[in-house]
Amino acid sequence: MAGETDPLATEQPPLSAGDLPAELPGELIAPEVAALEVPPELVAQSLGEYVRAWGARIRGGDPGVLPVILGLAIIAVLFQIVSPGNVFLSAGNLVNLFQQSAVFMVLGMAEIFVLLLGEIDLSTGYVAGLAGVIGVQLVQPVTTNFPWWVAIMAALLACAVIGAAQGTLVARLRLPSFVVTLGGNLIFNGVMLWALLFGPFSGYPTLGDQTNPHVLYQLMWGTIDPLIGWIILTALVVVVGGSFWLRDSRRRRSGLVAPPVSLTALKIVLIAVVGAAVVAICNINRAHFGTIEGVPWVILIVIGLLGLWTVLLQRTRFGRYIYAIGGNPEASRRAGINLVRVRTLAFVLCSMTAGLAGLLYVANQGGASNNFPGGQYVLYAVAAAVIGGTSLFGGRGRVLHGVLGGLVIGGINNGLYLLGLDVKVQFVVTGFVLLAAVTIDALSRRGASVGSVAHI
Amino acid sequence: MTVSSPSRAEPLLRARGISKRFGAVQALVNVDLDLPGGAVTALVGDNGAGKSVLTKTIAGIYTPDHGQIFWQGEPVHLHTPRDAARLGIETVYQDLALADNLDIVQNMFLGRERLRSALLDEDSMERAAAETLANLRVTTVRSIRQPVASLSGGQRQSVAVAKAVMWNSKLVMLDEPTAALGVVQTRQVLDLVRRLRDRGLAVMMISHNLNDVFEVADRIAVLYLGRCVAQKPSSEFDRQSVVQYMTTGGEIRMAPGEQAAGTV
Repeated sequence: MAGETDPLATEQPPLSAGDLPAELPGELIAPEVAALEVPPELVAQSLGEYVRAWGARIRGGDPGVLPVILGLAIIAVLFQIVSPGNVFLSAGNLVNLFQQSAVFMVLGMAEIFVLLLGEIDLSTGYVAGLAGVIGVQLVQPVTTNFPWWVAIMAALLACAVIGAAQGTLVARLRLPSFVVTLGGNLIFNGVMLWALLFGPFSGYPTLGDQTNPHVLYQLMWGTIDPLIGWIILTALVVVVGGSFWLRDSRRRRSGLVAPPVSLTALKIVLIAVVGAAVVAICNINRAHFGTIEGVPWVILIVIGLLGLWTVLLQRTRFGRYIYAIGGNPEASRRAGINLVRVRTLAFVLCSMTAGLAGLLYVANQGGASNNFPGGQYVLYAVAAAVIGGTSLFGGRGRVLHGVLGGLVIGGINNGLYLLGLDVKVQFVVTGFVLLAAVTIDALSRRGASVGSVAHI
Repeated sequence: MTVSSPSRAEPLLRARGISKRFGAVQALVNVDLDLPGGAVTALVGDNGAGKSVLTKTIAGIYTPDHGQIFWQGEPVHLHTPRDAARLGIETVYQDLALADNLDIVQNMFLGRERLRSALLDEDSMERAAAETLANLRVTTVRSIRQPVASLSGGQRQSVAVAKAVMWNSKLVMLDEPTAALGVVQTRQVLDLVRRLRDRGLAVMMISHNLNDVFEVADRIAVLYLGRCVAQKPSSEFDRQSVVQYMTTGGEIRMAPGEQAAGTV
C-alpha cells in the first residue's frame, strides 16, 4: 500500500505563480463531470445556454432577483387595472411612488450592510429620524442657521458615531445585535423627541423658503432640467455600459470566466432602456397646474448611492470581507481579517445610510415632527432588504435588493392608498409580502444545500 | 525518549523544548519536532495527545510557554498566523476554513486580495488561482467561479490545500485531511500531498488513519500525553509499534508478546 507511486507527481515543475503555461486553465473545466447543480451559467458560452442555465439555477433553488422583479410586475399590472382611473402607472403617480419609496429603498440599502454579516440593525428607524431632525434643526435661519451641507454632514456624522457605538458593542463585546439595536431604537426615539424641542418651533421645525432649508427640501422635491436629465443618462450609460463591455471583453480575451458577448450587450441595452424610460416618464409634465417636470434629485441620490455601495461591496476588500464574515466568521478570522473593524464599520455605514434616509424623509415631509414612524420604518428597512432577496442568515445579498424591495413596499403602499384602503390594509399586505420573501429565502437555501455536487 | 533526526541537513523547521499549559492542563511537554523540506511528516497520537496544540503553536495561533522554534536554522517568534504566513507556513484545518458563499477564487485569496487602484483585481486573482489548481492537477471543478458550497468534500479539501500552497509556502500543515472523505476522494488528496512533497515542500499531516500515514509519510512523529515519544523515518516503524507508541507512550512499557490495545 505504501509502495504506490503517482505517475503524475514526478514531472511537475516547482509551484510558483506567474510562469506557467497558458493552456492550463482550460483543464479546469472537465466536461465529463456534467453536473447541473454547479451554477451552470458559469460554463455557458452562448446566450441560449445562458438562458437555459439561468432556468436551471432558478429550478435549483437560487432565484436571485427574479421573485422581486416578478412581484414588481404583478404590483404594476394589478394596481394599474384596479386603481380608480387607472392612474397607477401614470407619470405623476410613478414619480410620486418613487419619491415615497426612496426612504424605504435607502433604509433597505442601509440594512444590507449588517444583514450580510448575519447581524441585524433594529435602530435604523429612529437613527434615520434623529438624523432628519438634526438636519432640519441646524438649517433653521432663526437658530443655528448652518449651511445646508454642514447640516447634512453633521447629521450623517452623528449617525456615524451612533453606528460606531452600536457596532463596537456588537463587534467587540459580541453582544447580540438584535438586542443592542433594539435598545438603540428606543434610545434614539427619545433623543429624537428631545432634539425636536430645540428652538422656538414647538417641536415642529419646518423647511422654509430660505436658501439652506430649501436645499434640504429639494433633496426630495427638486428636479433637474429635462435636457440635463438626458445628458446625465447618456453619460451614465456610456460610463457604466462601457466599463461592463471593456471588462467582459478583456476577460473573454484572457480566457477568464465571462458571460457571452450577447449577454453583455443585452445588459447594457437593458440599462439604457430602463434609464430612458425613467427619464422620459420624469420629463412628462406631471403638474395639474403649471409645470413640474424633470428627473427628481432623489432618483439621482438613490442611483448614486446604489452605485457607490455596490462598488464598495463588490469591488473592494472591505466588501469582500463583509461577505466572507457573513459566510464563515472563523475562516475570515484565520485569514487575518480584522473582524472587529469590519463589523464596526458595517454598522457605521448602515447608520449613515439610514441617516440619509432620514434626511430624505424630512425633505419629503417638509419638516420634522414627533409623528415620525420609526418603529414601522425599521421593519420596512429589514423587509425591503429581505423582499429584495437578501438573506437574513448572512453572506447573501446585494445593495440592489434594498432598492427593489423598497420599491415593492412603496408600490404596495401607494397602490392601496389609491384604492382608498388605509394603513391597516397596508400593514397586513406588506406583512404577507415579507413572509413570502422570507419563505422564498429559506426554501431556496434548503434547495441549494441539497443540490451539491458529489463528484471529484 | 525524544528521538532527534540525524542532523545531516538543517530541517526547514526545528522545534525544541516546546511546552504549553492551559490552566491545569499541560498540553505540551518539552516537545522536539523536525519538519524537513521535501518530506511528509505524519503527526500521530491519540485524542488529547497535543497534536492540535502543537500545530497551532507552529501556525502562530498559540505562543509556547517554553521552547524555541527555528526556521531554516534561525530562531523565530510566531505570535500571529501572519507571522507564520510570512515565513511560508500554512495550515489547512480540519474544517477547511472556506466561506461557502464565496467562489473558489475568492476563497483562495481571502485576506490577501490583489488590488489594482484600490479595487479588487479579479482578473489577476482568477488567473493565479487557475494556475495553482491546474498545477496541483485539481481539474475536476467545472469553474473556479462556482461557490465553494457546490463542491464535493474532496474538492473542498483540494481547494483548501491549493489555497495554502499558493503563497510560496514552504511548510504546509494538514489537519486530518482525509477524515471526512470517501475512498476515491482520499486517494485524490493523498496524491495531492505527494505532489506537494515532490515540489520540495515540507508537509506535516495529522492523521488518525494509519493506512494513510504509511501510504504517504516519510517520517512519523508520535505524541503521547503532550510528549513527543518517537520521531523517525516511517520505514523504521511498523503499524504495531506506532499503535504502541500512541497508546502507551513507548515500546518499553509493553510486555513482550502482549497485543497492542486500542484501535486506529
